[in-house]
Amino acid sequence: MSKSDDKDPSATAFRNINVDLYSDNNFKEDDPDGGTTGPTGSDENEILLLLSQGKQAEALISVLKSAPLDCKNHQVKENARNLIQKVLLSIKTNQMDDCIAQLDRHLMDVLMKYIYRGFEIPNEGSSGHLLVWHEKLYNVSGVGSIVRVFADSKRA
Amino acid sequence: MTEVYNLGLDAVTCHVWNEKHTEIALCPNNNEVYVYKQDAASWKLSEILQEHDQRIMGIDWAPKTNRIVTCAADKTAYVWSQNTEGKWIPSWVLLRTNRAATCVKWSPNEDKLAVGSGDRVISVCYFASENNWWVSKHIKKPLRSTVTAIDWHPDNKVLAAGSTDYKIRVFSAYVRDIDNLNNNESSWGNSTILGTLFAEFFSSGNGGGWVHDVAFSPCGTKLCWVGHNSSICIADSLKGNVVNRLFTEYLPFLRCVWLDCNFIITAGHDCMPMVYKVDESGKLSFATKLDNTQKKEAAGLTAMRKFQSLDRQARTEINDSAVDSIHQNTITCIRKLSKSRFSTSSLDGLLVVWDIKTPELMMNSLRIN
Repeated sequence: MSKSDDKDPSATAFRNINVDLYSDNNFKEDDPDGGTTGPTGSDENEILLLLSQGKQAEALISVLKSAPLDCKNHQVKENARNLIQKVLLSIKTNQMDDCIAQLDRHLMDVLMKYIYRGFEIPNEGSSGHLLVWHEKLYNVSGVGSIVRVFADSKRA
Repeated sequence: MTEVYNLGLDAVTCHVWNEKHTEIALCPNNNEVYVYKQDAASWKLSEILQEHDQRIMGIDWAPKTNRIVTCAADKTAYVWSQNTEGKWIPSWVLLRTNRAATCVKWSPNEDKLAVGSGDRVISVCYFASENNWWVSKHIKKPLRSTVTAIDWHPDNKVLAAGSTDYKIRVFSAYVRDIDNLNNNESSWGNSTILGTLFAEFFSSGNGGGWVHDVAFSPCGTKLCWVGHNSSICIADSLKGNVVNRLFTEYLPFLRCVWLDCNFIITAGHDCMPMVYKVDESGKLSFATKLDNTQKKEAAGLTAMRKFQSLDRQARTEINDSAVDSIHQNTITCIRKLSKSRFSTSSLDGLLVVWDIKTPELMMNSLRIN
């Protein structure tokens, strides 16, 4: 590009620059631990073993406790989501209430986050099963739990 | 006894009482403030305050000095005082911000006021008698987003702010021209520099959404806040700023007010005020819903209603969107009147004055139920 082009008053290329990005007022989300600490998902083999032994509730609690909500790594989050979906789909409708009864409030919120995440990425027959989960969990944890799915910045 | 007033407005976004509770100023969701005077059992419009260009975001009435302060989305704030004929005269507050003013509060001594804004600053304002206007000093750091709520500590020198960056901060609001050094002992910290950060809290460990309201306890040692994640939290400055959180099963609360040191009233999108109890250890627990109103339609002969509906509208279900409460829309403002009385206003235009017995009695009546 010649020098005269740079000075061309009709040049509009600079308009493509989003100046807001370079403002020091630009809000950066705070991340005190940098996403390095906190759980990074559970060991898949361990969970699958629990499921095969028929310890569904244990498997569910274990995956929810080690849910990588803090984590910024896409792959880690994706793996955890797949595993939790697998656990949720393996628990039959009549076992759900038992499982939910063993969760504390925090884990219920985590579970609700993964139910909604599951709705986003459906596979064969998953949504119908997750809707049953949703109904049963909502009866216990109320609308507050759903609000937190949307309000929290640490997502599933 | 619960008193319900319908002032014929579409919505009430904020309201405030004078000292004797004989006058009320409220904003009907526009750029005006309506001042009502009590007239026997009803309220009479006495004056409309018009100075703002855009929607009023906050309003506060200093009881002792009888002054009203308003702030609005047009980046301005005015302090209104009455002249000898009783007419409200505005005086300008020099905020020096480039974004909407979102919330305003008088300090307990009524010699300062704090205005939060979308410009990520809190303007701590005081009167400059030589110019006959209110000047401000800014608290900027480390605010990173719009200030949505502020509250003054009872000692007049400490300020709490909630923000859309999901954080709650406690600042020194010491202004050299106004405050004296004496008894500068707060459990949050001591500083003679405006804007010193005493404490900073996350709305919740999981992000937690915007902070809607903050409130110091009457004794000033605890700070309560409510956020958009339907939680209610309390930080205790006497216990190393430990935070107790309660994640509720309701829609988010927009306002929280301390009734006394043990009870907090919250209200918001669920259209009804709720009482939360703080026990000795600082733990929060749900105490009671104050609104036991049943749907009007539910009363009476339901079978007859059903057949009537079937007859008239050829349908079996009555399509009914009424909510099980007095307020039929989001509660936007709570004001404490006394230890057992408080008022709420909501987006359905209603103003309700709630009369509750002392908390002990309230708990007893709960047990009977």
